[in-house]
Amino acid sequence: MTVTDRSDATATERTRPTLAVWKFASCDGCQLTLLNCEDELLRLAGEVEIAYFPEATRAVVEGPYDVSLVEGSITTPEELERIQHVRQVSRRLITIGACATAGGIQALRNFGDVAEFRSIVYAHPEYLSTLSRSTPISAHVSVDFELRGCPINKRQLLEVLAASIQDRKPRIPSHSVCVECKRRGNVCVTVAHGTPCLGPVTQAGCGALCPSFDRGCYGCFGPQDTPNTVSIAHGLRELGMSEPEVVRIFRTFNAASEPFRRESERHEQGGPPAGEGEDA
Amino acid sequence: MSHKLTDGGQVMHVGTLARVEGEGAMHIEYRDGTVTDVQLRIYEPPRFYEAFLRGRAHTEPPDITARICGICPVAYQMSSCWAVEDACGVEVPEEIRLMRRLLYCGEWIESHALHVFLLHAPDFLGYDGAVEMAADHPDVVERGLRIKKAGNDLMDTVGGRSVHPVNVKVGGFYRYPTREELRAVRPRLQRALDEAVQTVKLVAGFEFPDLEQPYEYLALRAESGYPIEAGSVVTSSGGAFAVRDFTKHIEEFHVPHSNALHARLDGSPDPYVVGPLARYSLNADRLSDVAREAAREAGLGDTCRNPFRSIIVRAVELVEAYHEALRIIDGWTGSGPASVPVPPRAGEGFGASEAPRGVLFHRYVLDDEGIIRDAQIVPPTSQNQPSVEADLRTMVQSWSQLDDHALQHRCEQAIRNYDPCISCATHFLDLTVDRG
Ligand code: SF4
Ligand code: SF4
Repeated sequence: MTVTDRSDATATERTRPTLAVWKFASCDGCQLTLLNCEDELLRLAGEVEIAYFPEATRAVVEGPYDVSLVEGSITTPEELERIQHVRQVSRRLITIGACATAGGIQALRNFGDVAEFRSIVYAHPEYLSTLSRSTPISAHVSVDFELRGCPINKRQLLEVLAASIQDRKPRIPSHSVCVECKRRGNVCVTVAHGTPCLGPVTQAGCGALCPSFDRGCYGCFGPQDTPNTVSIAHGLRELGMSEPEVVRIFRTFNAASEPFRRESERHEQGGPPAGEGEDA
Repeated sequence: MSHKLTDGGQVMHVGTLARVEGEGAMHIEYRDGTVTDVQLRIYEPPRFYEAFLRGRAHTEPPDITARICGICPVAYQMSSCWAVEDACGVEVPEEIRLMRRLLYCGEWIESHALHVFLLHAPDFLGYDGAVEMAADHPDVVERGLRIKKAGNDLMDTVGGRSVHPVNVKVGGFYRYPTREELRAVRPRLQRALDEAVQTVKLVAGFEFPDLEQPYEYLALRAESGYPIEAGSVVTSSGGAFAVRDFTKHIEEFHVPHSNALHARLDGSPDPYVVGPLARYSLNADRLSDVAREAAREAGLGDTCRNPFRSIIVRAVELVEAYHEALRIIDGWTGSGPASVPVPPRAGEGFGASEAPRGVLFHRYVLDDEGIIRDAQIVPPTSQNQPSVEADLRTMVQSWSQLDDHALQHRCEQAIRNYDPCISCATHFLDLTVDRG
């Protein structure tokens, strides 16, 4: 790979903010969302200097970096160390996607399967390089902004990048998918067809994609700001979902996010005890 | 990075492979021009998908397994749907199969265009990456982005989203795209088809090292058409078996230096190859006229054994995918339901499809409520890993006269020939790491 020493860079080059893209445990889908900005990619490359992005280029410009995008969760001891390094060399650190903001689907290991995983661990004592939990980046270092989604949304990514270049707060809504459905003029899939939907507790960002395809939201953007998961879980039960199904719907790509984790655990042993109610 | 060993040997080590999906490294040791050790080290952390699938409902694999890879989620969705439907004894009608094929064309286009233009072409034109390349060849990069975007548009239209489509379910789709939605993408696909034909010409003009590899090829072959969403298995030495017999022929094993399993065919010590070269060499007769013509003009025979020329074959497959997408859209009537019910039952089911990088196999065991008791996934990169290493061995041996820098670059390129999807390869349940 080519390493460019930035002291060689001309003054004009140095005025462009530098961007680094880092990967931890993930599927690469959130990074791909950046490469999928076909109409904007070359312009973006003019606005910022892509200084470190192994998925796209061999060239490496030495840090520190003005903006770091971090994809993926922390699942190995090596990653624990590497995230500290990333924080040190980043002026602004933005996490992208459910893996980086909530531990991702690999956080399913944090739940009931632990015993099963342990048995694997003990069967192979040399198997030391995987942590028993998958954790979001914010559990280890301070994060300047968290962009939700599995995968993230392209327009939101461009907004966050623009905001960090312009040193302003990104305009990313924190209301639920329901609001996006209303804006789009969708018929509510729950009201009209009795389809279970996590839209009321899921953060907007996708443009209410699933309901536009006659499907209930499965929560890939994670919990909105103040989700009433107790009431939605009650609704899901009324629509005919069993307790194990309620557990599973909260346990997908954002399983370790606090509200979803709590709600799934409430339903784990055959449901919440009668009378235990509207949770604090 | 290259350094001398005390015994006179030399080590070449590249710690982070660039322009591949996922995290991998390359380690090669040689003495007097003889290669003594070659390792493609996949250090991408394992994500345990096969364990997560246990205890989930039979309706869940398409959404869950999509997250194994953001570059080829449709491949995971399709192979898992076929396998679950097989376990439940359900066959979907032809219309649903065609819509699956259409969505899959979008994924081939997005993935192949990404690889050809952004990840692979910079090697041939001498750049670190596509952004650097765009400074001198803006037309090439812009064309690549247009071609890629048309594939993503198709995925958005049929699947709702290009990374992790939301519209796929066991039994079919939540809803079909409307005729108007399909018609709206048609002109972009038509334009991109013409540009894809130009792309075959462009990449055929690159300079290719002379190298023919003797590998066994393995791919699906369908009753008609080029293999994409379905088929049964054939090999270049004349082997043929049904997808349900996959695990009788393909055995997975692990090596200490990689977090990904390797695979072997019928116990053979020689590697086999899946992916574009294998598909093309076993199915050239099934290509559409326009793709065959493009291949012929590019100087490809009915088989291709030079791994560096895989970029031409990918470009030919881009032509095929556009042509096929237009054919499906033009013939689309949208009659019949978008999905059929798949009631659970106890059983074992098998499914395979041609991911952009090669055959992707799934197997599920369900109980009578449809809860998954066991799951097995064999991704293309695991199958190709031994042949990547074999290529590196051959190349270092035959090009040891090159200086370190040039040799290292060649080797990195040899790995990128395969478009390895490293995230996919580290999905598995059981893992040992040798820290020796
Ligand atoms: S959040 Fe989802 S799309 Fe993004 S890297 Fe993780 S699994 Fe992939
Ligand atoms: S509707 Fe829900 S599950 Fe569907 S894409 Fe949006 S956030 Fe994700």
